[in-house]
Amino acid sequence: MTEFLGIPTQALFGQLLLGLINGAFYATLSLGLALIFGMLNIVNFTHGAQYMMGAFVAWMLLNYLGISYWWALLLAPIAVALSGAVIERLLLRHLYHLDHLYGFLLLFGVSLIVEGAFRHAYGVSGQPYNIPEMLQGGTNLGFMFLPNYRAWVIVASLIICFGTWFLIERTKLGSYLRAATENADLVSAFGVNVPRLVTLTYMLGAGLAAIAGVLAAPIYQVSSIMGANVIPVVFAVVVIGGLGSILGSIITGFGLGLCEGLTKVFYPEASNTVVFLVMVICLLLRPQGLFGKRG
Amino acid sequence: MKHVGLLACISALVLCAGGAAAQVSDDVVKIGVLNDQSGVYSDLSGLGSLEAAKMAVEDFGGTVLGKPIEILTADHQNKADIASNIANKWIDVDKVDLITDVPGSSAALALQEIMRQKHRLLIVSTGATSDFTGKACSPYGLHWTYDTYALAHGTGKTLVEQGGDTWFFLTADYAFGHALQRDTTAFIEAGGGKVLGSVLHPFPNQDFSSFLLQAQASGAKIIGLANAGGDTINAIKQAAEFGIVEAGQNLAGLLIFISDIHSLGLQVAQGVVLTTGFYWDMDEETRAWSKRFFERRGAMATMAQAGVYSSTLHYLKAVEAAGTDEALAVAAKMRELPIEDFFAKHGTLREDGRMVHDMFLAQVKTPAESKYDWDYYKILATIPADEAFRPLSESECPTVKK
Repeated sequence: MTEFLGIPTQALFGQLLLGLINGAFYATLSLGLALIFGMLNIVNFTHGAQYMMGAFVAWMLLNYLGISYWWALLLAPIAVALSGAVIERLLLRHLYHLDHLYGFLLLFGVSLIVEGAFRHAYGVSGQPYNIPEMLQGGTNLGFMFLPNYRAWVIVASLIICFGTWFLIERTKLGSYLRAATENADLVSAFGVNVPRLVTLTYMLGAGLAAIAGVLAAPIYQVSSIMGANVIPVVFAVVVIGGLGSILGSIITGFGLGLCEGLTKVFYPEASNTVVFLVMVICLLLRPQGLFGKRG
Repeated sequence: MKHVGLLACISALVLCAGGAAAQVSDDVVKIGVLNDQSGVYSDLSGLGSLEAAKMAVEDFGGTVLGKPIEILTADHQNKADIASNIANKWIDVDKVDLITDVPGSSAALALQEIMRQKHRLLIVSTGATSDFTGKACSPYGLHWTYDTYALAHGTGKTLVEQGGDTWFFLTADYAFGHALQRDTTAFIEAGGGKVLGSVLHPFPNQDFSSFLLQAQASGAKIIGLANAGGDTINAIKQAAEFGIVEAGQNLAGLLIFISDIHSLGLQVAQGVVLTTGFYWDMDEETRAWSKRFFERRGAMATMAQAGVYSSTLHYLKAVEAAGTDEALAVAAKMRELPIEDFFAKHGTLREDGRMVHDMFLAQVKTPAESKYDWDYYKILATIPADEAFRPLSESECPTVKK
């Protein structure tokens, strides 16, 4: 058997594939964050809570109403997006004219309250959410056993990433959004309702977090702390990708997943640090991020 | 000379009288429940442990030696530095007499040194490392519910005897995981088994797929999970996803609490063998206490939470019997008084601070075997108190006379 640095290449393929799957998660999760930052210039600190809420809504739909995973994939993001609209309309809107720090603190506080409420109601050990019947089991690829659900995660992530990129960069709605960020006064002079666009953007970002939450529910326990666990990594992805760059987040998400996957093989102890190491190096060499525009 | 003798007699009498009168520092006995109230260990310890301590104080009557008993609590977030800061403040400012529970071996070991210097009692119920009463032992540190040696002895030794002689460890990368792997490895090798490899994973960790794949590649018969709480839950869940058990390897959860099983569900957790210091459904006594706990918390007590009740009640009995809340006098009484309650069977507190009592080897029931809510364990064997824990003759505690 051929080996690479003492690891059989077969095993290495498996690890790379797993890294790619995690990368798909990071990419999907960072999308919403990058979108909200790029369009609204807000660091959405409730992103982790919205991810967690997405998973919880899916769990509630299944356990209280008997609604399946596939419907949850549609309904949970809508529910979380609506809660996002409430946050944006009632709270966030009043802080736009102030320093960024105020919005940041507000959202951080909201996220603590939401996570605390779920922790109080459901604890931290989490609720089990079974893999939908259609995706149970797995395929033996020769070098590893690939659960069907994880394969689905990659496919779903690619669809979501491409869809979001297409919406922002290639549609008329997207062009309005980008224009409104560039010069809100001018765009509203053309008769576009800019405040509504802003709300929609925030809802879209929250909904994307929730989709990632539904995708994660069958893999991890649905728990109040699941968001707090992944959110630092996702922030790093967005920073490395270039704050606000959608394409940057997608590519960085997949790249960091691979990087983390390899670390798990060669030096597992550092696997939760390596992402931040990359971030530091990136900030030193290219402060605007890999795909960011020079400010 | 005669006068001097008389004076000495009077002085001695005065001292004796002073000693006999009840002495409670600051006219209140303060108990600090210090644990994780927001992180991965908050279900198995957390507010449940606080409730257990409150129940113990209520059952004792709310006062000791005529003085009120007060309970403080704080969240140490599983960080040794935060735990140390809280402990220092509790002792220096709030005059706390006893700190209890303390999940997280790093935090427990950090507190051991603080309490040694400040002369206050520390009773660890959730923290696991056997070093606590081993090389780090202290006259002020008592270890109540279980430790890594007892877990390794119960689960590790049994599985090796049943033919599980090759192991691969997934180990939480801090004091607890290291101690658990070390103690289990000793039993595996003593039984003629072999450890093929291990991975130190970050704590806490969400995705175990990469580590599980490495464990699978090792070909070991047993994958030992030297972690706890959310980490163990995620590892077991993902092992099911990757078909690890179907492919012929077995999982050994070296530290599993009933809250983990409740969270996983029997469908995923069935068949797992584990060692526990307490199970609610053993006899009338355990059921009666657990019913009361359930009414207050909406969940059955974990062994760690039941241990907080048992140790707090025993502490208060010892304060009463000693007539003081001075730490070493109370500790001496705690060693002297028998420990026999719904939690501890055949319990004694040893000189190294280890409370030894019967431990139980259990297996998680299948969904078909489970007849009612929380009917999760089959008790396979009772491990007698004198075998369950590291014998004093092998102790690394410097103060133990051999």
